[in-house]
Amino acid sequence: MNIIIIGAGKTGATLAEDLCGEGHNVTVLDTDQERLSQIGDEYDVLCMVGDGLNNADLSEAGIEDADVFIAVTGSDEQNLLSCLFAGKNPRCATIARVRNPMFLKENAFIRDRIGLSMIINPEYAAASEIARLLRFPSAIEINTFAKGRLEQLTFRIPEGSVLDGKNLTYVRTKIEKNLLVCSVERGGEFFIPSGHFELRTGDKVSIVIEPRVAQRFFRHIGIDTHKVPTAMIVGGGMMTHYLAEQLLNHGVGVKIIESDRARCEELSEKFPSAIVINGDATDKKLLLEEGVKETGAFVAISGIDEENILLSLFVKEVSGAKTVTKVNRIAFDSVIAKLDLDSVVYPRSITAEYILQFVRAKQNAVGSNVENLYKLIEDKVEALEFKIREDAPLIGVPLSEMKLKDNVLICGISRARRIIIPGGGDTIRAGDSVIVVTSHKHLNDVSDILA
Amino acid sequence: MNFSVIIYVIGAVLRVEGALMLLPGAVGLIYGEREAWSFFAVGAAAFLAGAVMCLGRGKRGELFAKEGFVSVALSWLFISLFGCVPFVINRDIPRFIDAFFETVSGFTTTGSSILRDVEALSHASLFWRSFTHWIGGMGVLVFLLMLLPFVGGAGLHLLRAESPGPQVGKAVPKLRQNAFVLYVIYTAMTVAEIAILVCGKMPLFDAVTAAFGTAGTGGFAVRNTSIASYSPFCQYTITVFMILFGMNFNAYYFILMRRVRQAARIEELRWYLGVIAAAVLAIFINTRHIFATAEQAFRSAFFHVGSVITTTGFAIRDYNDYPQFSKVILLLLMFIGACAGSTGGGIKVSRVVVMVKSAFAELLRVVHPRIVKKVRLDGKAIEHETLRSINTFLISYIAIFIVSLLIVSVDDFGMMTNFSAVAATINNIGPGFDLVGPAGNYASFSDLSKLTFCFDMLAGRLEVIPMLVLLNPVTWSRAIRLHRRSRQGK
Repeated sequence: MNIIIIGAGKTGATLAEDLCGEGHNVTVLDTDQERLSQIGDEYDVLCMVGDGLNNADLSEAGIEDADVFIAVTGSDEQNLLSCLFAGKNPRCATIARVRNPMFLKENAFIRDRIGLSMIINPEYAAASEIARLLRFPSAIEINTFAKGRLEQLTFRIPEGSVLDGKNLTYVRTKIEKNLLVCSVERGGEFFIPSGHFELRTGDKVSIVIEPRVAQRFFRHIGIDTHKVPTAMIVGGGMMTHYLAEQLLNHGVGVKIIESDRARCEELSEKFPSAIVINGDATDKKLLLEEGVKETGAFVAISGIDEENILLSLFVKEVSGAKTVTKVNRIAFDSVIAKLDLDSVVYPRSITAEYILQFVRAKQNAVGSNVENLYKLIEDKVEALEFKIREDAPLIGVPLSEMKLKDNVLICGISRARRIIIPGGGDTIRAGDSVIVVTSHKHLNDVSDILA
Repeated sequence: MNFSVIIYVIGAVLRVEGALMLLPGAVGLIYGEREAWSFFAVGAAAFLAGAVMCLGRGKRGELFAKEGFVSVALSWLFISLFGCVPFVINRDIPRFIDAFFETVSGFTTTGSSILRDVEALSHASLFWRSFTHWIGGMGVLVFLLMLLPFVGGAGLHLLRAESPGPQVGKAVPKLRQNAFVLYVIYTAMTVAEIAILVCGKMPLFDAVTAAFGTAGTGGFAVRNTSIASYSPFCQYTITVFMILFGMNFNAYYFILMRRVRQAARIEELRWYLGVIAAAVLAIFINTRHIFATAEQAFRSAFFHVGSVITTTGFAIRDYNDYPQFSKVILLLLMFIGACAGSTGGGIKVSRVVVMVKSAFAELLRVVHPRIVKKVRLDGKAIEHETLRSINTFLISYIAIFIVSLLIVSVDDFGMMTNFSAVAATINNIGPGFDLVGPAGNYASFSDLSKLTFCFDMLAGRLEVIPMLVLLNPVTWSRAIRLHRRSRQGK
């Protein structure tokens, strides 16, 4: 497919890399020659100097033949406006990144009027993910499928848990039958496990489960399920705005530390019940004075990766708080994974996940659609949700008779209002949503899972 | 200082006053009283004086904040000076100081009286007394704004200087329209009250004067027993209207515009009604044993709480026999006062709310030294400027209060009398406790004290700052220097 990306910032670069890796023809448009040449040197994409608002530049970038148009410049207004212009080509799907909280409530209206296919708000998405993590602090990662009726939870098996030394068949028959273990990470290696796989203390286990069952299950295996009572947030950016809003709505006490006075005043005005501290979070005394030892969660989401990581490591040392760390640069993720940080959030990869899932869904017009896509375990595994159409080839075949590729697992079926954690006897029907975990990349269609 | 524009404004105000004096004159004619002529004569004099002052219209020039404050303060002084002359001429209140006190009390919607026997007055004088409440309630200059085309920010400076409240804003873009809307609401509510009172079998003259007293939240009545001799229905009506006139008039504008939600969102209103409900309940429980029936206890509590918090000052009984607890509640309500943007006086609910909130914010700062906490009202952060002006207001208010208390105490009355007298005048209520209670009056104070009360009433009505600007030498220094230089030049 022909894809045009406006804006060669960090997100633009990540998208160029991912989409190029999937085999699309990518053109990147930006006014900054230098940033463009960096992308051009690294990836096999076409780079053009030009303005996304200039019609001539858009024509030159090939808007007439484009299938997808993605606007990810720094300015919301520019993104929306250039999508409006790109709408001259009615066959082209347009995606705009819009981050301002002001626009959030009007999203549907804007999308309708400008004719956008999708609006992405990475800060909001990341904040929602963090809020989910803080509602269930024992999880390292939480992804939702089937409109939130099914969750994929990643957690570490604590010491002395009943799960230690048990195989998966035992877990499903004796502990909880409505759950499926979809991947396990142990000592840097990962597995998509079969029934005989034995769990051990310290394993990072990813399961698919219904939210209401999850409570019961975790209590049974000795993991705390209470939401954090208070959260200390470092950095007062857009993500903090969204996060504070969600946490306060769920009755979590919020304390924000931000060094910019004017921003503090804005936040204080917006969230009267939050405590907004004007100070430098790298000041250890300040952190201790503001009770970092007593806080339930510590969320480092300032603009500086190094600061976020360092602060989270410090907090892990002095208190038992759940820490969430935002990292912008994905390049060092293997190093970061080795550090003892609870949860790490990559807003950029959230953006990329959204756009990839859209592009893949658009790619295959028949059979099935990608509804959701998450990258797990340092991008080695993908979890996808497919919507099954009537003409899909695997309809009606029992799972035990399906010949699946290696490292492919069907871990959930959402049918009408029911959630099925599938066994060998279950079949897939038209209209179902199917959740698949796999180490194969670039799955576009549910039939790709067949060997 | 631009004197020509100040003189022009005062002249315009006097012309309006001269015209308005026709009304009490007409009332006098209806009742066949010869006092009517004093109003016609003084009215004509005021109109002529005003017309002469307005002659220099050509060089009107600019009106800035300073000129705004000075012309508002002087206008109020002048209308009171002219307004008291009929009382002196027609011998209803022969002493000039007393007449001046009574008129200032009227225009500032205070309602404190030096009269021992109100019913002895002529109908014309009684009408004028109550009518000054109605004029002063919404403000003379706001009325003027409706008539005169002021260019640019000039009108806003006048509006700011005269209207009560920490943040004076406009509800509609055009100032003239704004003033018009305010007066339309004001008049409509007054007429509604007169109609309901007449339906309640109150004599028309009494209904009109009582409605004027309620609308301006003034408190002059035409009977010696204030409102006590009227039926419970009329008393409840007046209570409700007092509370309505004590609300922020923006709320009515929003309701008129069918933006009821916006009106309900005014935080000050909710506090105001909450305080009223709490005070009524507390006083009702505390005074239940004095009354024969629960209804009487409730009516008395409801009426007096409404009367005091809106700074009206009507009474239906002498509440000096209330228990101390109830009296202290009433005394505290005097200071809280009505809503900003109403016709009432006092510190204003919104100021009290903001101050309490900022006190809590400061306490929080002790726990978190580097906290950033914005004080919010109506869901919006209060600007630092506004907070500062509230602090300035409060400090000047307290200073004036203390100095006045000191001057008044020379007369050697009891503490409760002195304290409540100063509180009742600076907050524009009217009656206080003990000697100046509902059954008493201010006649026994010395002339010095009466002048002090006059100043307090004006300072309270104009919210301190215009009167202080008037007294501040800095305001006049440049004008004096210019004057000297021009003399040296000669």
